[in-house]
Amino acid sequence: MSTTKLSNTDLCQLFREFIAAEYVISDAETMRPYECDGLAMYCEMPIAVLLPETVEQLQQVLQICHRYSIPVVARGAGTGLCAGAMPDAAGVVLSLAKFDQIIAIDPQSRIAVLQPGVRNLAISEAALEHGLYYAPDPSSQIACTIGGNVAENSGGVHCLKYGLTVHNVLSVEMLTVAGELLCLGSDGLDSCGFDLLALINGSEGLLGIITQIKVKLLPIPERAQVVMAAFDSIQQAGDSVGAIIAAGMIPAGLEMMDSHAISAAEDFAQAGYPRDATALLLCEVDGTHEEVQENIERVESIFQNLGATSVKTSQSEAERALLWKGRKSAFPAIGRISPDYYCMDGTIPRGQLAYVLNKMQEMSQHYGLRVANVFHAGDGNLHPLILFDANIPGEFAKVEEFGGKILELCVEVGGCITGEHGVGAEKMRQMPVQFSALELLQFAAIKTAFDPGGTLNPGKGIPTLRWCQEYRSIELQKVANHG
Amino acid sequence: MADIIAALINQVEQAYQSQQPLEIVGGASKKFIGRQPVGEALNTAEHCGIISYEPVELVITARAGTRISELTAVLAENNQMLAFEPPCFSSSTTIGGTLACNQSGPARPWAGSIRDHVLGVRLINGRAEHLKFGGQVMKNVAGYDVSRLQAGAMGTLGVITEISLKVMPKPAAVATLVWEMPADEAIVLMSELSATAKPISAACWCQGKLYVRLSGTSSAVEATKKQWARAVKEDGDFFWQQLRDQQLAFFNRAAPLWRFSINPAAQIPRLDARSIIDWGGALRWYQGTEQQQDMEQLAGQAHGQVSLFAGGERKAEVLHSTPAPLRGIQKKLKESFDPKGILNPGRLYSWM
Ligand SMILES: Cc1cc2nc3c(=O)[nH]c(=O)nc-3n(C[C@H](O)[C@H](O)[C@H](O)COP(=O)(O)OP(=O)(O)OC[C@H]3O[C@@H](n4cnc5c(N)ncnc54)[C@H](O)[C@@H]3O)c2cc1C
Repeated sequence: MSTTKLSNTDLCQLFREFIAAEYVISDAETMRPYECDGLAMYCEMPIAVLLPETVEQLQQVLQICHRYSIPVVARGAGTGLCAGAMPDAAGVVLSLAKFDQIIAIDPQSRIAVLQPGVRNLAISEAALEHGLYYAPDPSSQIACTIGGNVAENSGGVHCLKYGLTVHNVLSVEMLTVAGELLCLGSDGLDSCGFDLLALINGSEGLLGIITQIKVKLLPIPERAQVVMAAFDSIQQAGDSVGAIIAAGMIPAGLEMMDSHAISAAEDFAQAGYPRDATALLLCEVDGTHEEVQENIERVESIFQNLGATSVKTSQSEAERALLWKGRKSAFPAIGRISPDYYCMDGTIPRGQLAYVLNKMQEMSQHYGLRVANVFHAGDGNLHPLILFDANIPGEFAKVEEFGGKILELCVEVGGCITGEHGVGAEKMRQMPVQFSALELLQFAAIKTAFDPGGTLNPGKGIPTLRWCQEYRSIELQKVANHG
Repeated sequence: MADIIAALINQVEQAYQSQQPLEIVGGASKKFIGRQPVGEALNTAEHCGIISYEPVELVITARAGTRISELTAVLAENNQMLAFEPPCFSSSTTIGGTLACNQSGPARPWAGSIRDHVLGVRLINGRAEHLKFGGQVMKNVAGYDVSRLQAGAMGTLGVITEISLKVMPKPAAVATLVWEMPADEAIVLMSELSATAKPISAACWCQGKLYVRLSGTSSAVEATKKQWARAVKEDGDFFWQQLRDQQLAFFNRAAPLWRFSINPAAQIPRLDARSIIDWGGALRWYQGTEQQQDMEQLAGQAHGQVSLFAGGERKAEVLHSTPAPLRGIQKKLKESFDPKGILNPGRLYSWM
């Protein structure tokens, strides 16, 4: 490591020696789209945005940044919702956008070999001709990249049955902070030694830069159908979810929406959702023809017995796609009924749903802010969307406080602060709610094992102990001031 | 059923102070795995019992010393199971040891491994700190996934004291079909069958026969049986249990037992016909006195790894060799949990 400080201009000049000049961006206007990820309330401008095209270039960038202790923030498509890819003012953004090649699809072993910038949906599109697909399907799948998916351990509506990203990744090639190439995992289903793949999934760009990924492909189910059921109460919908599980079924997807989300999604997608419902369930059953037939009947009768006001089952692929379209576009749909929204991502034990939603309703009144809910009901992952207007001064501070309270509530009932969106810069304040100081210290020690200088995505994911202490004293100060 | 957490923490604390290596022992059913253990015994078997079980939440939490047999029995009362089919090399097998050794049975390629089903753990690290990671919910991406990291670490990162696992409903119907064919053809057929959306839950070739297990709704299992029109193995469940627990005659321990974890479609002509080919091709057991280097070369060609699972020289390396950069990271990671190197030192590698 060098102690000499490089001017920003000299630094960019160094990069231009091996990266095409147009891919070393350092003017404010061209860098602007990179100042934030999907959580636009958090933004920052970096020294430069780099778009290398080869692993060797990536390696060189890392070596230079390592030498001069310059922060490196990896970036996929920038759809993240926790300010994970938000730039560091003293660092560079390392975009993986040019790494968008599907290197191979091997139908015999059902493995896809991918560069990190490949879009999630592109994998299934390419595997289609072999009757295969990649199961994890974040709602952002048209845009988000597999590298970002691994870094966030992303989920999707089909993760209830098919697992999260971590369950579907076989191996990863990554560069360490010093630019050394590591291969984690293999084509086999497990590897000798520590399971570093488990650490890399969900590591938010803090442990290394992912340069290649092998994922498992699954056979496309013979048949899939969605049952949509409307309910007059959240409690009934929640009970129905429990009843399906208790009946021994694991649906491919099991999603819930509340009344705000239902009408917003219906306005947006015209999916045929009943606008007068208090809660809506979408339950997808997949498998062989016989299995789907059998389970659809069971699901329908559970919904009917538990008081559904209407039950509708998709009769064609087009109908199924339409029913999902509403759910998958819930976020942009909410974006149309409110100038801004803030999406939370806590997970709770399913049995606590009614309690948590009621509490949230109370808080909503207290703060004078509306909340819409979409919910991965099968696995207890809540997405409360707080509606607000960022142009009103002080409004976002209130929203953040409300959001923080929701996450604390999730922890209180035995859940966690983030199910799939990650911690990023955004949820640092809630980390000490979920973890003790010693646990945070253990995380920090893991980080140090990979990145002793702390230059990979600093200020994200894992709070340093100093940060925790400072934050606590600020909070104590606040309490003292408010009396 | 007992909670001896205070005693466990105390023993680690003492060991930390005196730099005394500890050998963590659960049910002692897997003492043969890994390199030869050293150190003073730290027994977790007494730290046992189910702490909570919520069938509708699909979650069970138990102390690490809880026996697999107890978990299986309690789950069965609610028609649920551990879908990763934990091997029981003896009746004393515990859930803690199963996670530490990352042991999963024939269903693994379809149902996932124990590593895939872990939701959270409590562990005592090498500084005698009792820490909690993950939780009891299905999705949790706050902090690094320290729970899954324990799978295969063989206790070298911490004494696992409590585990929360995802549980699954038992299938309504199960049937085992049989094909007679040589190994190389079976590898091809397993790949072909695995690419169909049929309710397969295990596929293993052994001594001239390919066994494929179907699990699911009765309608799906019946329809697939009819479509594939193969002989049905009447005592199928018994076969899978014997395979899982290594009780088949093949596992006679007459020679060192090698475990290959590789690309499922790969052919290893030198070994396949004399191997058991499980996990749809991705796991191969081979018994024989061989050079480690030769085995590693074959595993590497098959895009995977090999370990000396049982027998042979247990003071030498038993796991596939690790390239230098990866070795460096693993050592540092070990130090981050266990700075004085007191937890099962040398159990994974001589250098750690
Ligand atoms: C409308 C909408 C819907 C969404 N729905 C879902 C959903 O259903 N489920 C879900 O889980 N998420 C969802 N998300 C969140 C987001 O899409 C995911 O987190 C996604 O995985 C991010 O991918 P990305 O390529 O955009 O990554 P980015 O946002 O660019 O980066 C995310 C993080 O990964 C790191 N990173 C990116 N690439 C690499 C790499 N190659 N090596 C190392 N680190 C890297 C970044 O530093 C950052 O910390 C949604 C977002 C939006 C906007």
